Amino acid sequence: MNGYGGSVLRVNLSTGKIKKQTLDPWMAESYFGGRGFASYILYKEVPAGIDPLGEENKLLLISGPLTGMFVPGGGKATFASKSPATGSYGDSNVGGMIGAEMKYAGYDLIIFEGNAPKPTYLFIDDDKVELRSAEPQWGKGAITCEKELKEELGEEFQIATIGPAGERLINIACIHHDWGRQAGRTGVGAVMGSKNLKAIAVHGTKSVPVADLKSYRKAYNKMFKFLKESPARKVWVDYGTPGVVEWVNEIGAFPTRNFTSGFLKSWEKVSGPTMKKEIVITDKCCFACPTACGKYSHVKTESRDFYVEGPEYETIAMIGSNNGVDDLRDIAYANYLCDEMGLDTISAGNIAAFAIECFNKGIITEEDTGGVSLKFGDPESVFHLIELMGKQEKIGELLSHGVKYAAEQLGQGSEKFACHVKGLEISGYEFHRAPAMALAYMTADIGAHHNRAWAITYDIEVGRDKIEGKAERVILLQHIRPLFDIMGACRLQWVEVGLPLETYPPVFNAITGFDLSWEDMLKTAERVWNLTRCFWVREVPDFGRPWDMPPARFLEDPVTEGPTKGAKMSPEEVEQLLDNYYRLRGWNSNGIPTEDKLKELGLEWVVEGLKKRGRF
Amino acid sequence: MTIKSLHTNDALCTGCHICQLACAMCHFRETNPKKGALRITGKFPSPGHFHIDVCNQCGDCAAACPTEAIYKDNGVYKVDEEKCDYCLLCVDACPYGVIFTHPSMNVIFKCDYCGLCVHYCPTGAIFE
Repeated sequence: MNGYGGSVLRVNLSTGKIKKQTLDPWMAESYFGGRGFASYILYKEVPAGIDPLGEENKLLLISGPLTGMFVPGGGKATFASKSPATGSYGDSNVGGMIGAEMKYAGYDLIIFEGNAPKPTYLFIDDDKVELRSAEPQWGKGAITCEKELKEELGEEFQIATIGPAGERLINIACIHHDWGRQAGRTGVGAVMGSKNLKAIAVHGTKSVPVADLKSYRKAYNKMFKFLKESPARKVWVDYGTPGVVEWVNEIGAFPTRNFTSGFLKSWEKVSGPTMKKEIVITDKCCFACPTACGKYSHVKTESRDFYVEGPEYETIAMIGSNNGVDDLRDIAYANYLCDEMGLDTISAGNIAAFAIECFNKGIITEEDTGGVSLKFGDPESVFHLIELMGKQEKIGELLSHGVKYAAEQLGQGSEKFACHVKGLEISGYEFHRAPAMALAYMTADIGAHHNRAWAITYDIEVGRDKIEGKAERVILLQHIRPLFDIMGACRLQWVEVGLPLETYPPVFNAITGFDLSWEDMLKTAERVWNLTRCFWVREVPDFGRPWDMPPARFLEDPVTEGPTKGAKMSPEEVEQLLDNYYRLRGWNSNGIPTEDKLKELGLEWVVEGLKKRGRF
Repeated sequence: MTIKSLHTNDALCTGCHICQLACAMCHFRETNPKKGALRITGKFPSPGHFHIDVCNQCGDCAAACPTEAIYKDNGVYKVDEEKCDYCLLCVDACPYGVIFTHPSMNVIFKCDYCGLCVHYCPTGAIFE
């Protein structure tokens, strides 16, 4: 099948049976790949109401039609499952090489079912597919495990692995790949751990067929030419994602001390240029990417000597600024601890800041921390909390379940400063005065994540107090950006370097043989967005508007310093944003997709089941 | 496009594999970096850089070939697929490991200085 590996691998870990199936062409045309396949397969195959860490959940690894192709940034893969962190739809994408490699082995989608009786890893070398013992790797760090498997199997194998956090089924556990790239969010690492699946090792050698070679070459040459000549690309290659620190801080959106402020006075110490000067040793990119935003660092101090990929902006924001930590070497070390342990740095940083605030307010004490006094601005506090969470010791056991659960258990008003939406910790943009970004977090379909709609630039562009037009923009972005995850390409070429969106349909059509306009493709993204919403409706009995609300912190606690000092969201503003959003989406006032909308999107098959559950 | 020489700078390589995609597209009209006649190796987690292996047309492969399947044409060693009996002596003889095989083929393939890797490399890590 043009543009695809052509096969689905169904791996039953309980029985050890592996089935190779032909990719369903209807599914490819309706959902394309990536999180499109994720939304469809999870809805169809995972029974309602199951335990995310039980045998009935499935873990998916998916490439997309642009993954592995001669297309800029064609290196994205998606991991997906019902999320233990949120109890509903979960996915997380990862760059690196594994998406391309699985496609060269002939697979677009790998479905893990059941739980292995013993630590296991999946070995794929083209048509040779085996479950192998991972007993020697169990308990080891994610980077260590990748290194061992590469030494054993060969450098050409691409490895995805969990660390000890995933083995312990920790809700903020990630899946690690390519020395420091992670499918970080929604606890996909815990699901992998629950299946006793330590790693996936893939090597493939096959070519991917394309529908129209001549048009394909013309289309990708146009894309690469644009990027080669773009001055914006140089800036991104120079500093990677940390390059945005200066701007984010300048507009007061750099999360600081558990989102009490959006401004870090000492921002220059953690900026892209500082990082480049002080710790970066090489640029490192994902497959087929001319814009190497990945930075690989080596830190050598009197007490430490380690290598780490990053830190990325999100890690600098959440582990660093949000905990008041402003030394890049310390942030890099916390990053390294999280990577090896297999923890998502976004959630870990968010929860650490929550714990420190709890400590400051007397909600937790030295008795809970093992005698350690927690302070903002103290890197040792953060290292200690990461260790406690990763090992589930002391207060770390509670915190490792996520900030929502921890706050529910601790009570004493801590719910008000537990910064999450739908149980997923908020990532690196402070939004007391950024309604579009707030709405993006409120309505993101995996919980509070910036990547579904990075709308903060729109707030700055049209005015931060303005409400009008914000929902429209958020919806548009929620289709465009996830479309990249569906196609299996990185959005950076477009959003940061300015590669025109019009360049995508020609290359997409030439590869797949489909005949779609950009508007048609956006319709698929809308279908996926509505389907993931329906997953929430199906899984969460009282799901609706209250689940889209921001934490009380953003409504009750004004920003303490910086350019947005004194700002907070008003309840009216929040309601207005949601009213506009639901209306434009064709959902009812409780945020539930209407029957008409679902039918318009070809999702009539969802309606009946939801009706039975009394959701219409 | 043809080039007269081929050089590399590991420090500039970011591991994107675009060179291999371009090479395979040029010679096989296929999307498959495994059919590219040059190699990118990651040296991670330490010392933390990429390494590029390319052909410098030294001719050791031709010297080792018992069937004269590798011949010199205008300074570049090329493969006569009719004559190649896939003995792989050239693979062993190559000092840089850049005589390639692929499971779908029964002949070896190597760099012919087409220069597309140089053209497509986004960082200048591969240059003439």
